[in-house]
Order: sequence, then structure tokens, then C-alpha cells
Amino acid sequence: MPRTPLDLRLSVDHLSILDSDGNLDTALEPDIAAGDLKRMYRTMVLGRRLDERMVRLQRQGRIGTFAPIKGQEASQIGAVATLRREDWMVPSFRETAAMLWRGWPIEQLLAFFAGRLEGGRPAPDQRDLPITIPVATQLPHAVGLAYAAQYRGDDAVVMAFFGDGATSEGDFHEAMNFAGVWHVPVVLVCQNNQWAISVPIKKQTHSRTLAQKALAYGFPGIQVDGNDVLAVYAASREAVLRAQAGEGPTLIECVTYRLGVHTTADDPTKYRSEAEVREWERKDPLTRFGAYLEKKTLLEPGLEEELDAEIARAVAVFESLPPADPLTMFEHAYGELPAHLRAQRQEVGERLARTAPDPPAAGEPLPPPPMRGQRKTSRWSN
Amino acid sequence: MVKLNMVKALNLALLQEMERDPDVLVLGEDVGVDGGVFRVTEDLHRTFGGKRVIDSPLAEAAIVGTAVGMALYGLKPVCEIQFSGFAFQCFHQIENHAARYRQRTQGRFHCQMVVRMPYGGGVRALEHHSESEEQFYAQVPGLKLVVPSGPRNARALLVSAIRDPDPVIFFEAKALYHAHKEEVPEETEALPIGQARVAQEGRDLTLIAYGAMVRVALEAAEVLRAEDGAEAEVIDLLTLSPLDRETLVGSVAKTGRAVVVHEAPRSFGPGAEIAASLMEGAFLALEAPIRRVAAVDVPWVGFAREKASVPDVPRVVAAARETLAF
Repeated sequence: MPRTPLDLRLSVDHLSILDSDGNLDTALEPDIAAGDLKRMYRTMVLGRRLDERMVRLQRQGRIGTFAPIKGQEASQIGAVATLRREDWMVPSFRETAAMLWRGWPIEQLLAFFAGRLEGGRPAPDQRDLPITIPVATQLPHAVGLAYAAQYRGDDAVVMAFFGDGATSEGDFHEAMNFAGVWHVPVVLVCQNNQWAISVPIKKQTHSRTLAQKALAYGFPGIQVDGNDVLAVYAASREAVLRAQAGEGPTLIECVTYRLGVHTTADDPTKYRSEAEVREWERKDPLTRFGAYLEKKTLLEPGLEEELDAEIARAVAVFESLPPADPLTMFEHAYGELPAHLRAQRQEVGERLARTAPDPPAAGEPLPPPPMRGQRKTSRWSN
Repeated sequence: MVKLNMVKALNLALLQEMERDPDVLVLGEDVGVDGGVFRVTEDLHRTFGGKRVIDSPLAEAAIVGTAVGMALYGLKPVCEIQFSGFAFQCFHQIENHAARYRQRTQGRFHCQMVVRMPYGGGVRALEHHSESEEQFYAQVPGLKLVVPSGPRNARALLVSAIRDPDPVIFFEAKALYHAHKEEVPEETEALPIGQARVAQEGRDLTLIAYGAMVRVALEAAEVLRAEDGAEAEVIDLLTLSPLDRETLVGSVAKTGRAVVVHEAPRSFGPGAEIAASLMEGAFLALEAPIRRVAAVDVPWVGFAREKASVPDVPRVVAAARETLAF
């Protein structure tokens, strides 16, 4: 009996619409209303400016460790801009721009990275999951949400984000498999930023693309230029419409680059070259989208100053929050507080009451502010 | 009343809760057409269809992980993990997410879901099919851990677990599945989670057990009565987390002596937490050191040697006698 090749008809497209030199493929250019284009650019710039501000806040000891997004703004905004409010967004931990688009207040994101529980609470009508830190573990949740939407007969679509490193995790493969078998309305957006902390994509997978992993699970995968917001938008729009039409999941691989550190605790000079970073800076998603909007006369003058002022106002709100009340840490451990936790709450309350410092006397000078560049918060707060 | 074994009683709880609430659904390996390897979900697939009784792909992390997503949407999934020995492949979804979502989102989301799993020895099964791993779940804040000891309380506790707003890990002793039948009311009944049961009253010593060990403790109490004239009080915990310390302390304040019996390995097991709670709550009443009768601290013994490790009646009686004679 001869060996016969199976006709699997497997293929993966790469999509690029607006390249780093500003060349536009007008045949593929998505039709996006002027107001939406302006809002997309605005949120990308806000994401970038907030990112830079947060790095300084972290260095000053005013917030804790966080994961900057610099360079990945198009991958995030091009994708979430295709969602409706009733759709769901499931982030990992490097989606500040996407979260801003979905309405998370800046001061709440700051509170989250300042280690405050309040920072993780979505608004009552907001269909967003909070930041999830263990890599890829949020992906089964996205598939479960999509199953539930389908079960209830809602037409909501679920979009989940993750990185290139996540594609090595079992939860990624299990979620992909369940998504395929259950044929649920989910869009899986991989921000392939080339580096999982210090491990490059070549050591992460022997696959030529990440997009092709979808084919093994029986649904389409597409690779896009992740620094091209128009390409990300076009691919996401198509995936969202497929999901809404009952045509099942899609995997989108956004080829992008983390221009900054993995987190503020990381030093990338140890594992990657300056030349590589310079090369990707030439492909900055903001530069090319800005030039595209300029040609359409949609650039708003004074935008950066306006956004900086918005960030400054949010920082002021964040820093004027009352100190975290330790006793509220018990409130949401269970629906109803069990007896042993009531006892522990009382114990903590009594201990705090005994050890509370006296308020500073009138006229006494406040402790000095932390030095610029000082990384530790503990000495300052002590 | 109908006379049911534990498998049928659990099946009745699932059937009635699914009839009552369309948000309740079941997922796991072989739970649909096959009715589960122990038949706990038998006929549910025929009654409710494949969308509500889901034969999932073989992947524990995604069974629990997708159930977390369903619960965040407002459904009330009941997962079956085929054996508790396989639950380490979904432990991260239970500990990292199901247990934490309420706290992480400060009450905006919570996971109303149940993860059922058969545990324990006595069924001549291979590695990963006979172990008792309840201590891992008992240690996780945000979870509840329920271990029924017979058909009637299994049914009533599963009803409560499904209705509970927090994630409940539901441990079913395999040795009890077909062990005996009990009268179970046809009308739904629920038992409160977090409340232990005094299975037998006594004044000389307290035997503390749960799951399949309750029967062992009751038989040991019978031997002590017949051969030693000692009256043992037997407490059936039913819930390990949150632990009903009040009932435990109340009993030991009366008897002054306690022996804890469990199938999990001794070190850092539930017996340690129970002993510490009794020291805190009933120290002045204690007449003797608290004893633990538990499995040995080796990774696995194989069913040919299981009887040397899993507590049995003579070991419990011996420990009780030492405690009484102290």
C-alpha cells in the first residue's frame, strides 16, 4: 500500500497594511471612522506616556514592579478597538494600553501596581477580567467565558491576550484544544514581542510561526505585523466577525517587540543587543500611525501635553487615596466570612489598635520624600 | 424515602440541582455518555444533553480553567476530576484562580463552582488512584473542602456545595461509593457546609474522623465500649475547610482526650491542624496528648501494602487505649 499525502489545506497568511516606511496597501486598508482613528491614536500615545511615567514612579518608589508595554501599543489597540462593550477582554499582565481603551481608570492601574487590592476590581458593568500573572493560565478562562456566552445564547465575543512565552505552557495548548473542540467565540491574541524575559523566540519554539499552532487545533491562525495598527485591526475585525457569526475561534500572532524592560526588575542589556533594539525602534508603531493620521489631517495638536496633564491628574488622585485599610483584606476572601477568619480579623484589628503610631504633632516636619532612583519602598514607608 | 448507595445519592443531587437551576452544568472526562467512571453522572447526559453534561477533552487544567471562566460569566459548573491523584494537573487553576477571584476583584467576580473528585484507598487500585490528598486543598484560603461520609449526607452536602457562592472541593471516598445504602428523602435536602456532626455521643474520649474513616472510628468506638467499657464520642467532620472548631473544642472540653484519624499522610496533615486547634481551644481540659492515626509519610505504598498504612480499627483502638491510659 503506498504512502499517500493527506490534503490538509493548511496555510497561514502574514498581513501587513502600513509598513514602517509609511507605505500603505490601500486595497487592504480597513474602513475606520475618523473619530475611531483619533481615539485609537490617542490611547496608544496615552499608553506610551503612562508607561514612561510609570517607570519613573517605580524608580521613585511610588509604585511597585510593573511590566511596560512600550512598542506593543498597536498590537493591543488594533485588537481591542474591534470589541464592543458587551464583549469580554481577558488580559495577561502587559496590556496597559488595552485596559485604558476598555475604560480602566489610570489611578486604578496605579493602585494595582502599588499593591492595592482595589486596583483589580473591574467596574460593575465592565466585562473585563483583571490582570492575570501566571503565564497562560487566563486562556482557559477566556474559553470558559466564551462557552458560557454561547450556552446562554448571548452574542458576546471574548478576546484574550498573551505573549510568545505563553505558547510553551500547557494551559495555552489546553485552551486552544478546548476552543477548537467547543467551537466557541474566542479571539486569542498573541503579542509575540520576541523575548520572554531573557529567552528569545528561537529558544521558545521550533515552529516557524506561532500562528500555525492554531492549525493543529482545527481553526485559523494569522500572523500580522504587530506594529501596524491597521493590520492588527483588520485581522481582529475579521476574527471578531467570524466569532459573532458562530464560526469559532481564531489565533492572531502579532509580531512586535518589547522596546523596554520585561519588568522594572529586569536589565535587558544582559541578554540582547542595543543594535537589535535600535532596529525595532525604526519600526515604532506610533511613528507610522502618526504619519498616517497626519496625511488624513487627523492629528490633534497639543495631544501629548493634554495626555500628560491627564496622567498628572490621575497620579494626584492616586496619591491622595487614603491609606489601605488592612482590615478590608478579609472582606472578599469568601462570600460570607467563616468563623476562623472573623477571629483573625479581630486579632489583627486589636494588634493594629495597640501598635498604631501617634499622629505627628502640629508643626512637626514630614519625613523627606524618597530620592529619585531609589528603588525600595520599604525604607521610605517605614 | 428511597434507599440509595452513595453513587446514586450523588447522582440524585446532581439531577435535582440541574432540574432546579439551568445555570448548573457538569463537565469532565467520560461524564457524559459513559456517566462517569464511577457512574455518578449516569443518565444526566440523556436528560440534559451534551451542552450541559460535557464530555470534555482529557485535560484537567482546562476542565477547571474553563469552569472558572463559566463561573465568572455566572454559570455554576460542577467539574469531575476522575481521580484526586490527577488533580495536580489542575491544582494551579484551583489555587491560582478559583480560590482567589473574589479577592482579586474585590467581590466583582466570584467562582461559584464545585470540583468533585474520588479519593482514598480500599479499592485495590494502581498508583494515583488510591491516595488521599485533601490536605493540599485544606490549606488554600478561599476554598471550601467537603468530605461526606455516607449516602444521605453526601447528597445533602453536594446540594449545598452547588448552591455555595464560593468554590467547593468535594472529596468522595471511593471506598464508600458502594459500601452501604441509606434512606434518602426524595425531596431535596441540604446540610450546612462548615458544620461537623456528632456521629455518636460519649464522655471518655473523642474520636475525630471524616470520609471513609468515620466508619472505622465508629467500629473502634464499638470495640472500646464492648471490651473496655469506654464511651467514645465520634465526630464526623463532613467539612474540613472551614473547620468546625467549635464542635471539636466542645467535645474535647467534655472528654479531655482526642484521637484524630485520617487517610492522608501524618505530617502536616489535617490531624496537625486539628490538634493545634484543640491545644488553643481546650488546653486546660486535656488529660492526655492528642494522638494521630494516619497513613505513613511515604510517597505511595501500592495496594498490596495498603493495609499497613491506611488506618484500621485495631490501630484506632490501640491509640485510643494509650490515650485513655495516659
